[in-house]
Amino acid sequence: MDTNTSIAQGIHARIRIDWPGFSLDVDECLPPRGVTALFGHSGSGKTTLLRCIAGLEHAAEGQLSFNGSVWQDARTWVPTHRRPIGYVFQEASLFPHLSVLGNLRYGQRRGQRRSKRDDPCRTRFSLEHAIELLGIGHLLKRKPAALSGGERQRVGIARALAVNPRLLLMDEPLAALDLARKQEILPYLERLHDDLEIPVLYVSHSPDEVARLADTLVVMDAGRVVASGPLNETLARLDLPIRLGEDAGVVLEGRVAERDEQWHLLRVACCNAGLWVRDSGAAIDSHVRIRILARDVSIADAPTSGTSILNTLPARVLSLGADAHPALSLVKLEVSGQPVLARLTRRSAEQLGLVPGKEVWIQIKATALL
Amino acid sequence: MFLTDSDIQAVLLTLRLATVTTLILFLVGTPIAWWLARTRSRWKGPVGAVVALPLVLPPSVLGFYLLVSMGPNGPVGQLTQALGIGLLPFTFWGLVVGSVFYSLPFMVQPVQNAFAAIGERPLEAAATLRASPLDRFFTVALPLSLPGFVTAGILTFAHTVGEFGVVLMIGGNIPGVTRVASVQIYDHVEALAYGDAHRLAAILLVFSFLVLLALYSWRPSQPRL
Amino acid sequence: MPSFRPLRMIAGILACCPLADAAGGEAQIAVASNFTAPMKTIIRMFEADTDHRVRASYGSTGKLYAQIRNGAPFQALLSADQARPQLLEQEGVAIAGSRFTYAIGQLVLWSAAPDAVEDGVELLKHGDFGKVAIANPRLAPYGKASVQTMMALGVKDAIEPKLVMGENIAQTYQFVDTGNAAVGFVALSQVMQDGEIAEGSGWVVPGDLHDPISQDAVILQRGADNPAVADLFDYLRSDQARAVIHDFGYETE
Repeated sequence: MDTNTSIAQGIHARIRIDWPGFSLDVDECLPPRGVTALFGHSGSGKTTLLRCIAGLEHAAEGQLSFNGSVWQDARTWVPTHRRPIGYVFQEASLFPHLSVLGNLRYGQRRGQRRSKRDDPCRTRFSLEHAIELLGIGHLLKRKPAALSGGERQRVGIARALAVNPRLLLMDEPLAALDLARKQEILPYLERLHDDLEIPVLYVSHSPDEVARLADTLVVMDAGRVVASGPLNETLARLDLPIRLGEDAGVVLEGRVAERDEQWHLLRVACCNAGLWVRDSGAAIDSHVRIRILARDVSIADAPTSGTSILNTLPARVLSLGADAHPALSLVKLEVSGQPVLARLTRRSAEQLGLVPGKEVWIQIKATALL
Repeated sequence: MFLTDSDIQAVLLTLRLATVTTLILFLVGTPIAWWLARTRSRWKGPVGAVVALPLVLPPSVLGFYLLVSMGPNGPVGQLTQALGIGLLPFTFWGLVVGSVFYSLPFMVQPVQNAFAAIGERPLEAAATLRASPLDRFFTVALPLSLPGFVTAGILTFAHTVGEFGVVLMIGGNIPGVTRVASVQIYDHVEALAYGDAHRLAAILLVFSFLVLLALYSWRPSQPRL
Repeated sequence: MPSFRPLRMIAGILACCPLADAAGGEAQIAVASNFTAPMKTIIRMFEADTDHRVRASYGSTGKLYAQIRNGAPFQALLSADQARPQLLEQEGVAIAGSRFTYAIGQLVLWSAAPDAVEDGVELLKHGDFGKVAIANPRLAPYGKASVQTMMALGVKDAIEPKLVMGENIAQTYQFVDTGNAAVGFVALSQVMQDGEIAEGSGWVVPGDLHDPISQDAVILQRGADNPAVADLFDYLRSDQARAVIHDFGYETE
C-alpha cells in the first residue's frame, strides 16, 4: 500500500452512490493546492461529490482520503465534524439565532478545540484575518436577517475559514446571487485564491467563475468525471469545448507590463508576446488572467496589416476537431507553448490548408481581462 | 370570590401536577419528537400513532388501562413493586404518570413540527463547523425550535390543568394528593353545590382563556434561515 | 354507481333507527347507574307484559338531576338516593306524592381476593391491608353509609389515611376489582350473582350500622299524563319486579 507516500497528498476519492435515477461513480485524485473547480450542468453530480467529501452523504460507498489520512473506507467513517474542512453552502445557511460574530465564533471555537486535538499544525487563519479578507468588519453585530444576500454569503465564507480548515469546500457560493452580487463577491474569492495556502474545491456551473478562479478543472457529467487536469490544458481539449458551446476558450496567465494612458489599454506579457487589453485598473506587474474565447480567434496565413485587430500572434496548428455544428470546426493551436482554441468554419479551415504542424498567424478579436 | 381551603388546595395541587408533568414531558417528549422528526425508520408510523392515541382515546379508556396496568397485577404495578416504589394509583406520582401519557401528544407534536421545520441544512452547516451531534442539537436545533417548545409547554401545561378523566380513574380523590381542581368541580356539581362549582369553574375558565390568549397572541420574532 | 354509495349507506343507517311506536305509549326515564342491570331486566319484562316502550338513560344521580333541572326530557327518575327526588318534589319539577322507595341498597365490604374478607368487623379493627375504597360520601349514598359503618365500628380515624374515593359506586368497585384497593365498600348488587357473592370475598354490612340506602323513584312533570310511566311505576312495585330487585342484591320496603 502506498497510502503513506507522497502520492497520498491531496484528495483521493473513489466514491459510488446508487440512487434511483442518479448514480455517482468517481475515481479521482485532486491536487493538494490551488482551486479545483468541479464543473458541470446541474444534475451532473458535482455537488453530491462535494457532499461526499464533506461526509454529508452517508449513502456513499468507497474510499476517501485527504493528505494521507483516511476519511472513509470499508471500516472507517470519519464524521463531518471530525473532518478538517470548511464548507460554504449555496445559500449561506447562517444560524438565524446568532449574530454575524456569533456565527463566526461558532466555528472558530470548535475549530480551535479540535485543531489542538487532531492537528498540531499552526493556525492558518485567525478570525480577524477572515473578517478582514471578506470585508465584513462592519457587519459583526447584525443578525443574518439584516444582511443582504451578498453580505450573507461573505459571512458564510468567513465562517467556513474561521474554523481554520485544511480543505475548503465551496458549493456554488454565487449561484443564488444576482449578477451585481456576484460581482461584489468575486473579488473576495479572487483574494482568497491568491491568499489561501489550503486547497479549495469549488463547485460551479458558470464558465466565467471557473475561468477566473480555477487552477484545476474537473468536468462532470451524469455522475462521471469526463475531463480533469490543469485549467488551460483541460479547457483546450478538443472534446470538451463542445460541452461549453459559446464559452469554449482558454485562459492565459500573464503579467501587466505596460499601461497606455492615452488609449486606456494595458499590455499583458504573456506567451512571449504582449497582448493589448482594455485597462481594468490592474496595477503594473500584477498577475492577471486573460480569457480568450474560441469564437474570438481567427486564423490567417500571414500577418495582416490594415485591420482593426490589435493582437496578432504567430502560432502553430496542433490539431483540428469537430464542433457542435457540422459547418464549424475547432482548431487547437500553440502560441509559445500555450494552447489556444479557434473556432472557424470548416470551409475556411479547408481553404487555409490547416494541418497539424502548419505555422499560421492568429488574430484575437477580443480579449477579456478577468 | 371566596374559595374554600379545599378549593385552594385543589388548585395548588393542579398547578403542581401541571408543572411537574410539563417538566417531565420536556425531558421525555423531546427525544421522541427528535426521533420522529428525523427518522426514516418504518417504526415512525406506529410510534407516531401511539403518541397521538391520547388525542382520540376517551380519557376513561386511558385511565382504565393505567389503573389496570399500574395495579398490583399489572405489568407496571409489578415493576414498581419490585423496585420498592409501591403502587402508583392514588398517589401524586401516579397522577404524574397518567398525565404524562395523557398530554404526550401535546408536547411531542409541536416540538416534532418545530424540529422538522428546521430542515437538514442548519445541522449540516453546524457539522461542517465541527459541532458534534449532541452539540448541534443543543446549539442549533434547540434554539431554532424554541417557538415550538414554548407552544408545546403551554399546551401541555394547560391540557394537564384541564385533565379530568384520567385523574378520576387513577386518583382516588384524596385531598391534597390527587384531588385536583377538575375533580373538585365535578364533586361540587354532583353534590349540587353549584355555587362552589361556579367559582372554581370560573377560575379554570379564565385561566384557560388567558393561557390560550397568550399562546395565540405570542408572535415569535424568529427570523427565517 | 359508486357515487351513490354514501347516500345508500346513510339511508341504511337511518332505516336501522326505529321510529317511536305510535300505537303504544312510551316512557322516557332516567335511572341511577347502580340500578342499570336490574332495570334492564325489569324493562324487558315490562315491555313483554304491556304495549309500552321504555327509553331509559343511565347516569349518576347528580348528573341526571342537573339535566332534569335544565330541561332534559325525562318523565321519571329512579334515583340512587332519597335526597334528590325530595328536592325535585320541593322544586315542583316532580309530581308530589309520586315518590316511593323502589329499592334499598345493601353495603358489602368486598375484596377481589378470595378468603380475604371473612369477619368484616375483625378485619376493619385489626386487619393489615392497603387502601380501602369507598364511594365519595358527599356524592353517593353508599359512600355515606360506608362512613357511617366505620364510625359505628369506631374505626374511621384509623382507616381514614387508607381511604381512596371513587366518584361513584361503580368506580369504587373498579378500584377494588383491579386490586389497587385491597378492600372496599361496594354495593352488594355489584358482586352478587344468582343470590351469592360470585367472585372474591365479602362481608355484607348489617343494615343497623348505617342509615338505609333508600333509592327513591319519582314521576316528573313531563310524565304527568303518560300512562306508560304510571304503569311502569306500578310494575316496579309488583312481585315480579321485586323478585328481580332482590336477585340483584337489593332489598325492598
